[in-house]
Amino acid sequence: MGLSTVDRVKTAFFRRRRDGSGTIRLDRHRIYILPTGAGLLYALTLFTMLLGAINYSLTLGHLLVFLLAALGLNAMLHTFRNLYGLSLTPAPCAPVFVGESVHFPLRLAAAPGVAHRALEFLPAGGSPVRHAQCVDSDWIALPVPAKQRGWLSLPRIKLASRYPLGLFVAWSWLQPEVRALVYPAPCVTPLPVPLPAAGELASGQEGREDFAGFRDRQPADSPRHVAWKASSRQSAERPLLVKQFAGGARPEYRLDWLACSSGDPEARLSQLCGWILAVDAAGSRYSLSLPDCEIAAAHGPAHRQRCLEALALFPAPNG
Amino acid sequence: MSQPLAAPAALEHAALPWLQAAAVASLLPHAGQLPPWLTFGCAVLLAWSLTQAMRQGQLPPRWLLLPLVGIAATGIALEYRSLFGRDPGIALLVAMATLKLLELRSRRDAMVLLTLSCFLLLTHFLHSQSIPTALWLLLALWLIVAALLRLQTSVLPPRALLREAARLCLQAIPLTLLLFILFPRISGPLWGLPQDAQRARSGLAEQIEPGSIADLALSGEIAFRVRFDETPPPRRLLYWRGPVLELLQGNAWRPLLASRQAPRIEATGPTLTYESTLEASRQHWLLALDAPGAWPADAELTPSLSLRSREPLHERQRVRLAAHLDYRFNREASPGELQRNLRLPGDSNPRSQALGREWQERIASPRERVVQALQLFAQAPFAYTLQPPILGQHAIDDFLFTTRRGFCEHYAAAFALLMRAAGVPARVVSGYQGGELNPVDGYFEVRQSDAHAWTEVWLAGEGWQRVDPTAAVAPERIERGIVAALPLGEPLPLLAALRTDWLLALRHRWDAANNAWNQYFIGYNAERQRQWLAAVGVATSDWRRWALLLTGGGSLLLAGLALRLLWHRPRRDPLRQEWERALRILARHQVHCQPGEAPLALLARVNQEMPARAPAFAQVVQVYLAARYGPPSPPTAAVTAARQLRAAVAQLAKGNRF
Repeated sequence: MGLSTVDRVKTAFFRRRRDGSGTIRLDRHRIYILPTGAGLLYALTLFTMLLGAINYSLTLGHLLVFLLAALGLNAMLHTFRNLYGLSLTPAPCAPVFVGESVHFPLRLAAAPGVAHRALEFLPAGGSPVRHAQCVDSDWIALPVPAKQRGWLSLPRIKLASRYPLGLFVAWSWLQPEVRALVYPAPCVTPLPVPLPAAGELASGQEGREDFAGFRDRQPADSPRHVAWKASSRQSAERPLLVKQFAGGARPEYRLDWLACSSGDPEARLSQLCGWILAVDAAGSRYSLSLPDCEIAAAHGPAHRQRCLEALALFPAPNG
Repeated sequence: MSQPLAAPAALEHAALPWLQAAAVASLLPHAGQLPPWLTFGCAVLLAWSLTQAMRQGQLPPRWLLLPLVGIAATGIALEYRSLFGRDPGIALLVAMATLKLLELRSRRDAMVLLTLSCFLLLTHFLHSQSIPTALWLLLALWLIVAALLRLQTSVLPPRALLREAARLCLQAIPLTLLLFILFPRISGPLWGLPQDAQRARSGLAEQIEPGSIADLALSGEIAFRVRFDETPPPRRLLYWRGPVLELLQGNAWRPLLASRQAPRIEATGPTLTYESTLEASRQHWLLALDAPGAWPADAELTPSLSLRSREPLHERQRVRLAAHLDYRFNREASPGELQRNLRLPGDSNPRSQALGREWQERIASPRERVVQALQLFAQAPFAYTLQPPILGQHAIDDFLFTTRRGFCEHYAAAFALLMRAAGVPARVVSGYQGGELNPVDGYFEVRQSDAHAWTEVWLAGEGWQRVDPTAAVAPERIERGIVAALPLGEPLPLLAALRTDWLLALRHRWDAANNAWNQYFIGYNAERQRQWLAAVGVATSDWRRWALLLTGGGSLLLAGLALRLLWHRPRRDPLRQEWERALRILARHQVHCQPGEAPLALLARVNQEMPARAPAFAQVVQVYLAARYGPPSPPTAAVTAARQLRAAVAQLAKGNRF
């Protein structure tokens, strides 16, 4: 990463502003304010107007200039107030794949009795977000493009506002400690050959395809599975019968790092990621084998998340 | 609520009407001051931009705007023969602001337009600093601030936007007043006033020809205001002296400025002191009451007894003066002066000159000749009118022997001519006569319609004597003013035409308000500031204390506003407040709510100990509990609940009184 000197100095200067993952409240130490270009034009115009008013001895001209000057000075206070007292709390963030955008959620809480208006959030490297008004509390999401797998920290955010008159810009640097996990970009390739031991079911697991006889109905069974014909042939004291199936046709997969077609580690991870998604969508069981870790065969959302995390955090070749 | 920023600099279409309203408000008063073609052109462009905005149409392309700028600049340069200076500058600004309306693409354009509008507001004051102008400009400023706000935020509906803008403006007022009072005033121009700053105003003409005052007499504008320290003298003695016209060339009387003799005045009566506030006339004449007894240091008395200020009156000016109503002037005149006032152009008005010469031969005493002339005006069918017939080359001959209808300058010019022909030194004096007391503020108002011309004749042993030939024809003019003197059916000065009582009273009030505005507000200049600072104990020379007062006061005001804005008060709970009020009412009747006592338990106790108030309190408890512990409600319902509780508590309090 090629940090310029200016950036490094900036980072050093603003480091002590970083304060963990808790709520950030904008106080006077955090808010900076400067006139905008329009503010400088305004000041220059006022100066010219003052000269004109003096030259032509215009009492009302003096008054107008002073009124505009007082308005400008007050606008400075208003711009400062527009950020002052605003609290921001980061929230946990859902993982995404490379190529998508992480939407970092941020909870805004306004100072009591203050409407914070025209807030602009500019995450470094992300696209700016404008928030029109925050009266009590609000949620915003800051989109940051995910370009690399692994942890993506919310970059430093510049929160700026020119409200009310656009003559001053007040801003604050925010660095909420929040990160999102970025999975590798999935790559669609043909699935590997399923394991030969297909059809094996763990005990207690039921399939849905092949009929395998009747059993007594339990309260949790769906009425659709009741075998009404078979039940009618039994005596009234017996419980209803339900059909029993053996679902054995689904294969189990072993997703292996070594089985990937590409030699590049990142490409392998993408391929594995694509396999996991495909296999998970089909509802099959799968195991994952990486050079530094093995995940036993299972299925379901928790398993999927575990596998994808392992891909996301797989050590990069150089680190 | 939040959305990604498409183009931060792009201007919202919905902000356009605000920008247009602000621009139109600051452009509109210029309409009357610009050349008609420019006003018309700007109006067309404005209408175009308004319709485009309404139809959500496209802005004209840039290649079209550039030629328009060129056309406007060329037109202005041709019209004013320059692009620099005050009036062409304003015209250019107006054209640019109008064209900028057609180029509103980004927020930057909008900021430029609004800043330009602020500047345009200032230029109105070059034409007028009256109360209506000030009010209009406040309105325009309000719109400009609202437009600035609209550029930054789109969440506020129009009314809230206007309210917010008004709040910003009102919050600026304390600091504005402080700056207005304390900011060092620099008097006089910083650089030479451009020639066009002295645009023609109605005022006294520097030369008099028959017909030159009549235009003035139709103007109800105030020329100056006077406050006498003691009782004002009667109206017929109020001759406000302007230039004295001694040179007669053809039919025109002109002032003589070369003479260096000091006038010799012998006062024979008491001295009258007064303060006069003269409107900007762009002339030197201070229009003092005849004859001046004391005058400010930067004025001088001419040999013919007129007061002249060194600088022309570019702005309204307050002067303290004194006058002798009874005086003798130049009892011993120099032969040169007498000679000058007998000079007649040989070839003009032969009949009048012959008449004068005939009197000189027939009547021995100069005083009798004066009386003879006045009798001529009084007896012959002379009429006083603002619409005299057009006169020929020998104007005085035509007037004296043919038309016999004229205004004061006809009589003055004819009388002076007759006197000179009759061997009596005579000259014409122009100025104002009379004035009207405003009962509201006690100022004497002298209007342009009071402009007048009279004559002076020199009599041996008595010096120069004022003779007003108009008085011989229309004594009402001198006694009661021009309105009384004019016959019915004559065009009247606009304001003087208001004869109805309540209208007159209204006019007096308006004039008094204007006068107060001018005296205390517009008249707040370097000198007034010095006086005011001295009154609060800061000498102007002590610039350190002055600067301290200015910066310290300004900082205090800003700090006060900062405290108000940044202090986050704990949010008040209206329900809790009302409930505590109800408890205080109960406490006054010795029913004290125990710590930890729930509302319903307290109600049970009230039922026992104070049954008379129990129903009212039961209502309070019911509303309070419903609002506090009832099903969750939208924020609007909370306001209603608070109001209901307040009403219930009020009912409880009312029960108390009986």
